[in-house]
Amino acid sequence: MAEEIIIPEADNQEISINMGPQHPSTHGVLRLVLSLKGEMVQKVEPHCGYIHRGIEKMTESMTYQQIIHLTDRLDYLSAHMNNAAVCLAVEKALDIEVPERVKVIRTIMDELARIASHQLWWCSFGMDLGGLTCFFYGLRDREKILDIFEETTGSRLIQSFYCPGGLMADLNPNFQKKVKDFIVYFRKILPEYDELLSGNIIMMERAKGIGKMSKEDAISYGMTGPSGRGSGFSCDVRKHHPYHAYDKVKFNEVLRTEGDTYSRYMVRIDEMRESMNIIEQLIDNIPAGDFAVKMKPIIKLPEGEYYQRVEAARGEFGVYIISKGEKNPYRMKFRSPNFCNLSALDTLTRGHKIADLVAIGGSLDYVIPDIDR
Amino acid sequence: MPFTFSFYDFTGFTQWIDVTLRGACSPFWAVLWEMVIVGVLFLAFYAVVGLYLVYAERKVCAFIQNRVGPNRVGPYGFFQTIADLIKLLMKEIISIREADKLLFNLAPFIVIITSFLALAAIPFAKGLHPIDLNIGVFYVMAISSMGVVGILLAGWSSNSKYSLLGAMRSGAQIISYELSVGMSLIAICVLAGSMQLSTIVEGQRDLWFIFKGHFPAVTAFIIYMIAATAETNRGPFDLAEAESELAAGFHTEYSGIKFAFFFLAEYMNMFIVASLAATIFWGGWMPLHIPGLESFNHVMDFIPPVIWYVGKTVVIILIMMWFKWTFPRLRIDQLLNLEWKFLLPISLVNILIMAFIVLMGWQIGL
Amino acid sequence: MTNQELKDSILKIEPTAVLNEGKQYLNLTVASDKWHDLAQQLKGNKELAFDYLFNLTGVDYGDTLGVVYHLESTTFHHVIVVKVSADKQNPQIPTICDIWRTAEFHEREAFDFLGIQFTNHPDLRRIFLDEEWKGYPLRKDYDPSVNTI
Repeated sequence: MAEEIIIPEADNQEISINMGPQHPSTHGVLRLVLSLKGEMVQKVEPHCGYIHRGIEKMTESMTYQQIIHLTDRLDYLSAHMNNAAVCLAVEKALDIEVPERVKVIRTIMDELARIASHQLWWCSFGMDLGGLTCFFYGLRDREKILDIFEETTGSRLIQSFYCPGGLMADLNPNFQKKVKDFIVYFRKILPEYDELLSGNIIMMERAKGIGKMSKEDAISYGMTGPSGRGSGFSCDVRKHHPYHAYDKVKFNEVLRTEGDTYSRYMVRIDEMRESMNIIEQLIDNIPAGDFAVKMKPIIKLPEGEYYQRVEAARGEFGVYIISKGEKNPYRMKFRSPNFCNLSALDTLTRGHKIADLVAIGGSLDYVIPDIDR
Repeated sequence: MPFTFSFYDFTGFTQWIDVTLRGACSPFWAVLWEMVIVGVLFLAFYAVVGLYLVYAERKVCAFIQNRVGPNRVGPYGFFQTIADLIKLLMKEIISIREADKLLFNLAPFIVIITSFLALAAIPFAKGLHPIDLNIGVFYVMAISSMGVVGILLAGWSSNSKYSLLGAMRSGAQIISYELSVGMSLIAICVLAGSMQLSTIVEGQRDLWFIFKGHFPAVTAFIIYMIAATAETNRGPFDLAEAESELAAGFHTEYSGIKFAFFFLAEYMNMFIVASLAATIFWGGWMPLHIPGLESFNHVMDFIPPVIWYVGKTVVIILIMMWFKWTFPRLRIDQLLNLEWKFLLPISLVNILIMAFIVLMGWQIGL
Repeated sequence: MTNQELKDSILKIEPTAVLNEGKQYLNLTVASDKWHDLAQQLKGNKELAFDYLFNLTGVDYGDTLGVVYHLESTTFHHVIVVKVSADKQNPQIPTICDIWRTAEFHEREAFDFLGIQFTNHPDLRRIFLDEEWKGYPLRKDYDPSVNTI
């Protein structure tokens, strides 16, 4: 009974908790080490690398056609945009002008992928907040886009549909009709999202004023995509550095200035509407022509450095290629939007509660394979 | 005493059992036998209701979420939860090395026993009422607030930080919402002039209390529904288990049948608060009577009390499920704000208004 | 600002910098000891205002290691590529994560894969690989067999 009882100082007691690598709300194998004081988060330290596959190293021994298939595996929810970055970089290096048809189809595909990605984000955001029903509503609608993808590209998630010089295959004859049907359907169904979650008082209470990020900080952290635009950082690559057919369509860059979780949420919801606008402008006038230009079986980029930026669903995705004139790149770097957004997580969550951390994480919408690469 | 059985009044039937038993053995043994009969009946009832509430929840949630729900085991998946129970029974009970063994094993029993005890005071039908305590409302309240001890023990003894956080949340939540539950029930006790559940039911012979008590009764009902949902740790107040934040909260470390105990207890608590709401606000087994409409009242009387009781309880349970599958979860500080800043002051004022109405004799139907 | 104007104003700040126009962007090469001061100017100067670092890449050039910074101005939308190189034996480059916060993670990544030491970095650890990992995998002379399990 002579054991000494040590009473720790109650005020100064921080506990550290491992959130992940297996945790329902980290959306993958991300590990966050939290320092908690009661429920308050004092510090968040992300530990990445649980699904690091060394893609940048692998690219150094692969041809450009092969690399396309690796980019799908980065941010698998914006597989099309990631493909496009590499394809555009290669085409720019070789001075290849792709047919108009390819540009338009790529634009439509990118926007469909963006809608699908935001739908899945909506599902998981609802689930992070504890509203499980959102998950099924979102997935129900996402299925329809995946069906469209499946018909044309042959697969549902990682399509590898673009290749240097054009597309892997031509459109399915049903494509236009199905896309139009989808737009009609989704315009009708999107208000349901607002009814279920956006306008919900509990959701607003939990999201408004939580995880504030000023515009300057957002730029400094390189927070792009809807997360950056929620802070008023005008960072839409489609607007500032147009590629595909984005210079031919009219669309608004969705910007909000509050910089909290709710504004990041609303930016994504509004972006789905903008994406539908873009698709509607293009779907009826897809130009006829080839779906690809003939490329040499082995692509050798001339010596030099090439950078291509595209707007993926989560932000600015970039590919930096250093070529020494070989069939493999000398060095290839992927600028992943999630990696930069994740770096802001500590600043965003400091002083909030665990429940807020989950909501903020949901609003950043990170895809772990893109962080780890 | 001759054997009588009626769906409208179980008094004769239960009296017959009592008289027969007393005739066959000494009073001590007769009471003991009655206890055994009631206990066994309740165990069976508990298991069946618990299992089928789980089934109902899964079907309701599937319906809300555009899904089919369980449909493989038996027709419409009717035996799904039984299969689940067998699975849970056969699973290994993992013991945590650094856990406090005694408390860790004790916690699920505390939780399940409290939910079992509360069932005793519920009047199921006329004459089908295990113990008619003169402080029935008080008894149910007291017993159901014991459950938090089990949850706190479970969270603390698991030696897991997630469990601890879940248990602490749960403790804060249940203790504060207990007040609102009590206050809203007191408002009705004032109206009924009694805490005895049978008297409360009898008091609603001419009109249910929710109609009788003007708006304070409606306010009390709404507050009761919110607070009772919170007290049973169900969504949108399921912070104690908050899947997306704390994995599974206080029962993260439990497995097998011990986990099933927590799970069943949650559903039984839901059943108890729902039947309490049905009894106190909606007249329990009392049919819907409207003063002045004699023929209508006779038609309503034709439906057996058990059906009335079950129907009302099921409706309230469905409302609670509807809550859970529609709303996102609150944060802990918002949850406590809601209770201390809104529900509790409103219920206190509500009691005063109710007392005033009763004092002036302004109840509807008097 | 056009590339020529950029050139002039940067040379005014740092005369030793070497600027040449690449296929796509303006390239700027600067010595590593001058880099941190120049970086502050690039962001702080009202006319340049390179406030957005959109990429940071570590490269193994064979005999030297280098870091490539892609900078953009969110007001003027001009882009510049800055290259800083370091000795392979003792690669030291000043950190810029006090200027562009996003560099903190990017520099940890470059350290992880190429072993570039960013001086004054607040928390320079491996970010993806284990702490016990031997060698730096994106170096051209990396031998993968040392880490076989």
